Amino acid sequence: MKALSDLKIVEYANLVSGPYCTKLMADFGAEVTKIEEPGVGDEARSREPFLDGIPHSERSGLFLYLNTNKLGVTLNLKAPTGKSVFKQLIREADILVENNPPSVMKDLGLDYETLRETNQGLIMTSITPFGQNGPYRDYKACDLISVHMGGLGYATPSRVKDPDLQPPLKLGGRQADFMAAAMAAVVTMSAVIGRSRNGLGCHLDLSVCEAVASNMARDIALYSYDKLIFGRKTGIYYVYGALACKDGYVQFHCPEQHHWKSLLDAMGNPEWGNDELFKTHESRVNNWSLLEPLLLEWSMEFTKEEIYRILQGKGVACCPINNAEEVSNSEHLATREFFMAIDHPETGILRYSSIPTKFSQTPMRVERPAPLLGEHNDQVYCGRLGYAREELVKMREAGVI
Amino acid sequence: MDDAKTLPLEGVRVADFSRVQAGPQTTLWLAVMGAEVIRIESRQRPDMLRYSYSAMGTGKTGEDLDRSSFFTALNYSKKSCTLNLTQPEGLDIARQIIRISDVVVENYSPGVMERFDLDYPSLKKVKPDIVMASISGMGQTGPDKEYLGYAPTIHAHSGLSSYTGYYGSSGSLLGTFWCDALSAQYTAFAIQVALHHCFRTGEGQHIDISMTEATVSAIPEYIMDYTMNHKVRQPMGNRDDIMAPHGCYRCRGKDRWVAIAVSTEEEWVAFCKAIGDPEWSKEKRFSDMYSRWQNQEELDVSIEEWTVNHTPYEVMEILQSAGVAAAPSLSVDELLDDPHLRERELFIEIGHPVMGTGIQSRLPWRPGPCPGGSYQSPPLLGEHNNYVFHQLLGMSDGEISCLIRQQVVY
Repeated sequence: MKALSDLKIVEYANLVSGPYCTKLMADFGAEVTKIEEPGVGDEARSREPFLDGIPHSERSGLFLYLNTNKLGVTLNLKAPTGKSVFKQLIREADILVENNPPSVMKDLGLDYETLRETNQGLIMTSITPFGQNGPYRDYKACDLISVHMGGLGYATPSRVKDPDLQPPLKLGGRQADFMAAAMAAVVTMSAVIGRSRNGLGCHLDLSVCEAVASNMARDIALYSYDKLIFGRKTGIYYVYGALACKDGYVQFHCPEQHHWKSLLDAMGNPEWGNDELFKTHESRVNNWSLLEPLLLEWSMEFTKEEIYRILQGKGVACCPINNAEEVSNSEHLATREFFMAIDHPETGILRYSSIPTKFSQTPMRVERPAPLLGEHNDQVYCGRLGYAREELVKMREAGVI
Repeated sequence: MDDAKTLPLEGVRVADFSRVQAGPQTTLWLAVMGAEVIRIESRQRPDMLRYSYSAMGTGKTGEDLDRSSFFTALNYSKKSCTLNLTQPEGLDIARQIIRISDVVVENYSPGVMERFDLDYPSLKKVKPDIVMASISGMGQTGPDKEYLGYAPTIHAHSGLSSYTGYYGSSGSLLGTFWCDALSAQYTAFAIQVALHHCFRTGEGQHIDISMTEATVSAIPEYIMDYTMNHKVRQPMGNRDDIMAPHGCYRCRGKDRWVAIAVSTEEEWVAFCKAIGDPEWSKEKRFSDMYSRWQNQEELDVSIEEWTVNHTPYEVMEILQSAGVAAAPSLSVDELLDDPHLRERELFIEIGHPVMGTGIQSRLPWRPGPCPGGSYQSPPLLGEHNNYVFHQLLGMSDGEISCLIRQQVVY
């Protein structure tokens, strides 16, 4: 049985934040109907990576990942017929997820107040860079802007030598958007549970910048109570640098004294291990420039994999610094079936990351790959809404679908 | 009682065995949305957040278990009871709490709950429809399941460190516990999915969350590029695959920066106009999006000659008025002062019995299913012992005193 098989979701969203939110729910069995603009589609279709590096709207790895298990339809919401079809979809839906600029739904005449007249119990989740109100509501942003505005960039990376030469940094990929998507899924599920008890729908206003800022919780509390500000030079926590070895780097962490003793033990208890300079976790991190060459004498004898096994075998937290290839080939992840083979008409079988939550009774399933543009127009418009095929032809000619 | 003012998770009880960040941040969500979250803690092995970050103005590690700023940030709105799980009676009482709970959250190393006889099969006997979430570095199964993981090693293991770094570097250290934050969201989502299923069918379940996998699933571009093309990418710094300008630029003042992203030709024209149509902007090497992307190093130098004369907020104002994406790279003190975030009331003052009132971040939705949300003071260690042992479990004062003497309630 699928955990969310009773939920119908309409998605009118682009790129990451909206589509990933609904993907999480689709993977647990919610029926997600993804609405794309006719002929154009979701912007993610035109983003890298592409199969064989050749741009193609059905072969973007980002799009394929973000849209598994969804039905795809095309619909022009600017056309009056498009609006009325949209409202028919909303009438049957539990949830609408959208990530358009705040003015868009209102200008289309499809804002929450209007849609609620069609469906009293509708849960509408709106994800925007700055939220539905406030002075910046109409400002533009992308992942870069949200990471910096949310306070995450200023403290990244940690422990740089000269913050004046090393500017604030965004994280790899689209972390702000993924975080916002996951948070949107959390609060949407709360709304679903709330509604099952009181029957009331609601409009959820989720800002990507705020999603990032709320994850600065630790820094906010430490500033509020202790007036401490952590930038890129003074890392908030003590962490060693990356340690080179034969074929790359490893990252280890010894927050407690017994970890350090085990590390020394693994290295054959060298004499310098007792040096005052390296007595505490803090002093070791602060004296990293002195510690590193001593550790290198040992680490350069081994590969990343060897050090990983040796140190973890001694109870020391240590991992190779992996790239995508190494992550994809991890035996541990393979045993856990984290990567799933998914077939798609345009790309053939590819291995995708799955969702990092394994359920004992209602595991996630992939029943269909990401939809081709308009792939399910017939199924949804004829099968579900009862339009005749001839009407679909007319709607296509009129640019509605 | 089920009206618009009822929080969505009211009536749901969570037995929270978790510590540090990923678990506590999960249950923070649930608590704000109305669940009764009972932290099960002990002096015998306290949550390291209770002592590692109790700075209170000194910046040093403190001893007092009720004075950690970091702890308050992830634990407001919860209750705390103390139970020594190394004693059989402690475990027995823990099981009594689970019997009256709907959800159990834990992030011990795999195997620990089993040693306590508190693993899922054991809990199912106590409470057949329990929803149990277990968060760990590597997950509950697989050859490396018992390997230790902390944020820096998980960022390395998952690939995120390799892709976070200045252009031309080999990666870098993150300043935040990002993997914990991601795992917390996935777990809070998963628990509610499982609760939804449980309300419909009466069936509970066990959820296994791997922090490594949570982080890998947030970098699909890199994984899919390897899967599709066997391509291994390098860190991009603040750069984008196609956009330029797309970076973080120096502004007037010490360590002040602004992020700018120009995504279309139209925005480029607007950008140039907004900064006064300088001569360099008309040069051939910046004439279209691709040439700007190719020559972005020089482009960035020219842009910085302009930004350095302005504050980050001035740049945001000038560029956003022209329809170009820009925002300051905010430090935490600026974040709390930002007019937009203030107007939207992202931050809230929450009291604390020992530390006094502090500013915390609310969870970022509004108005949502619970307009107010539950924002109560963070618990002192064992603050709710009487509530849990007397009111919920019906123990007498005498029994509780005895358990305290035996260091079971400890």
